[in-house]
Amino acid sequence: MAIAAAAHGAPEPDFYHAPSKHKGIFAWILSTDHKRIGILYLFSLLTFFLIAATLGVLMRLEMLTPGKTIIEPQTYNTFFTLHGIMMIFLFIIPGLPAVFGNFMMPIMIGAKDVFFPRLNLLSWWLFLAGGLLALVSVFLPGGATDTGWTFYVPYSIRTSTNVIPALMAAFILGFSSILTGLNFVTTIHRMRAPGMTWFRMPLFVWSLYATAWVQILATPIIGITLLLVAIERWFGVGIFDPSLGGDPILYQHLFWIYSHPAVYIMILPGLGVVSEILPVFARRTIFGYKFIAYSSLAIAFVGSLVWAHHMFTVGMSNTGMFVFSFLTFLVSIPSAIKVFNWIATLYKGSIALEVPLLFILSFIVQFCIGGFTGLMLGALAVNIHVTDTYFVVGHFHYVMFGGTGFGLFAALHYWFPKMTGKMFKKKPAVVSWFMVTIGFNVLYFTMFILGYQGMPRRYYDYLPQFQTLHVIATVGSWILYSGILVMFVNLLISLRKGEKAGANPWGGETLEWTVPSPPPLENFDVVPTVTTGPYDYSKYEAVQEAK
Amino acid sequence: MSSEVATATTQGHTHRDDAGTKLGMWLFLFTELILFGGLFIIYAVYRFSHGAEFELAANELDRLVGTVNTIILLTSSLTVAMSITAIQEGKKNLTLLLVGMTVVLAFAFLLNKYFEWDHKIVAGIYPGSPDLINKPQGVILYFGLYYVMTGLHALHVIIGMVVLVVMMFFVKNGTIHKGSFVRLEAGALYWHLVDIIWIFLFPLFYLLH
Ligand code: HEM
Repeated sequence: MAIAAAAHGAPEPDFYHAPSKHKGIFAWILSTDHKRIGILYLFSLLTFFLIAATLGVLMRLEMLTPGKTIIEPQTYNTFFTLHGIMMIFLFIIPGLPAVFGNFMMPIMIGAKDVFFPRLNLLSWWLFLAGGLLALVSVFLPGGATDTGWTFYVPYSIRTSTNVIPALMAAFILGFSSILTGLNFVTTIHRMRAPGMTWFRMPLFVWSLYATAWVQILATPIIGITLLLVAIERWFGVGIFDPSLGGDPILYQHLFWIYSHPAVYIMILPGLGVVSEILPVFARRTIFGYKFIAYSSLAIAFVGSLVWAHHMFTVGMSNTGMFVFSFLTFLVSIPSAIKVFNWIATLYKGSIALEVPLLFILSFIVQFCIGGFTGLMLGALAVNIHVTDTYFVVGHFHYVMFGGTGFGLFAALHYWFPKMTGKMFKKKPAVVSWFMVTIGFNVLYFTMFILGYQGMPRRYYDYLPQFQTLHVIATVGSWILYSGILVMFVNLLISLRKGEKAGANPWGGETLEWTVPSPPPLENFDVVPTVTTGPYDYSKYEAVQEAK
Repeated sequence: MSSEVATATTQGHTHRDDAGTKLGMWLFLFTELILFGGLFIIYAVYRFSHGAEFELAANELDRLVGTVNTIILLTSSLTVAMSITAIQEGKKNLTLLLVGMTVVLAFAFLLNKYFEWDHKIVAGIYPGSPDLINKPQGVILYFGLYYVMTGLHALHVIIGMVVLVVMMFFVKNGTIHKGSFVRLEAGALYWHLVDIIWIFLFPLFYLLH
């Protein structure tokens, strides 16, 4: 992106070394600087991710043999519940917006901070409080929650385990998510630099904008629904309890009215990261900028109307089923538009196969597999057979982990030099990418086959005929987990020993690459004036044409 | 956009963008409306399936108490709206008086609500009570929703009172003044929200025939 005015005075200290009125750790946990808050999120979020991933690997280990392998059935129930709650509410929903949205979005639109910096800090505190509450609930008397992350009534009203702390944790995390969304919408509306028109915004910012609206509009519904389950447990009010006249299916509707849009909160920023990183390493202007921007909004909109496709077997009129099935098919259109645009961007590009791009390529393939199996699940006839089997487990891991999770890994490598001022070591990073991709596909593709053969989800035990496939999946989980460890260790070592990164190691054209790495406290000496759209790679394209 | 750019509040120095602050406040109010919206959906579903029993149950509520509370809240919205005009004209004491009246009215609302709930509870109508359990399911649902929705609303009244008291403090120490009153406006907006939600709750629970 071309900058008209970029005056340079004496070099300012970067934001890690900027003076602060607080000391030691307080300079971090009381800081209202969006960059520090982004880093706070990064570390807390990856910690939660590692805990939850460890639970996942332990579950896989349990499934190595039929019957008991390492843990009791009830422990398995609490594991998949905690794994689900942590992965959803503590990792993938806050994920990209809270870490990279916070750190990069203000810089990408040429602002000095988000609009409400103190509210931003409050969001992080709420996030931490919610996360700790979820963890503490495991150790309280009564035992960890065993309802699954969906908290379906009436079981969640009846079980004797600690449902209330888990519900409260999800409620608090929802509040944190709303505040972040509100902050981002206001920031994007009010704080763009001169010349940064809507259609000059980087696509990652567009995706954050669409996501923020979904966060604002959908999250209150889950808030009130979970609150009602808690009130129901406390006071015995009959709202969902069928013995008091309540309707458990109404709970499922309300739950999915939020939680389905929430899957777009999870995936949209991931799609945004792909659109952001792809042009940089293809050295080409993104193909179909406006289509990609609008398709984010379209996904956000249509995605809000498909919630009942989680409930095809629960009891619904035939008309309802047809409508929801049809709408589900519709969502695939804007998603496919994006994929086609990405591929068109790669076509004839001068591709630099750097680590972020590797993760993005895995993303695209896995997102397609996740998307196609989503279509299968959206077809009524197939759904009846594979609902609540490992097919579904495979599907959502492909979209959420194979998509957004990989997007987060890509973003982590892409923006690592900007955030830390250091380069990571390439070789171990490539090795980790390879392990993570292989492990991931061995683990979850096997689940499609298992599910198709009839292996139900959330089961502790299974028939001997499923064992071979379960063993393959478990081995996959080991490769995946080791790959993740290699990746994190490599990044941690690079943090200390990596070479110094310049302002723009990848040749990016968006605003964050015009400021030093790491950026100074107020990001820009002089507020930049923007004169062109993002991803202007015409100089590379000219060379490519000449060949 | 260019003139509103330098509006960030980073450490050290503060810039102002009142329109942006109000945008944020409106977004927040939307989320509150949607929060209650979830409850209104539940109400609609159960009223549809248990219409007759809802009307039966509604007869047990005192319409007079509800009407009085509606008048109290509407008046409080008026006083808080007038306080904005007062601060715009720089009349500090009048502003304090008007916001103070709002808080007093809010307190009166809660007091009234307290007596109403107390009356019901003494009569044995509360969630999980042995009397209520034996009533038809629609009645149980009605009172379940009655307690949850008016209770959550009362909680918002309390939050609103706290916000308004803080605003009075700001007016007093001069943080809010003729030239800068966006916080008072935001507080007043919140108070109107509390009022509007009650305007829906009142007919849904008290005026059923
Ligand atoms: C190392 C990585 C991971 C492993 C080994 C893993 C493994 C598993 C396993 C074994 C299950 C339980 C299957 C069942 O019995 O039904 C599960 C469930 C689940 N996983 Fe993962 N997973 C991983 C990463 C993730 C990620 C990144 C996400 C989210 C973005 C995620 C979200 C979920 C959810 C929502 C459930 C359903 C929980 C429930 O049934 O309530 N997982 N995972």
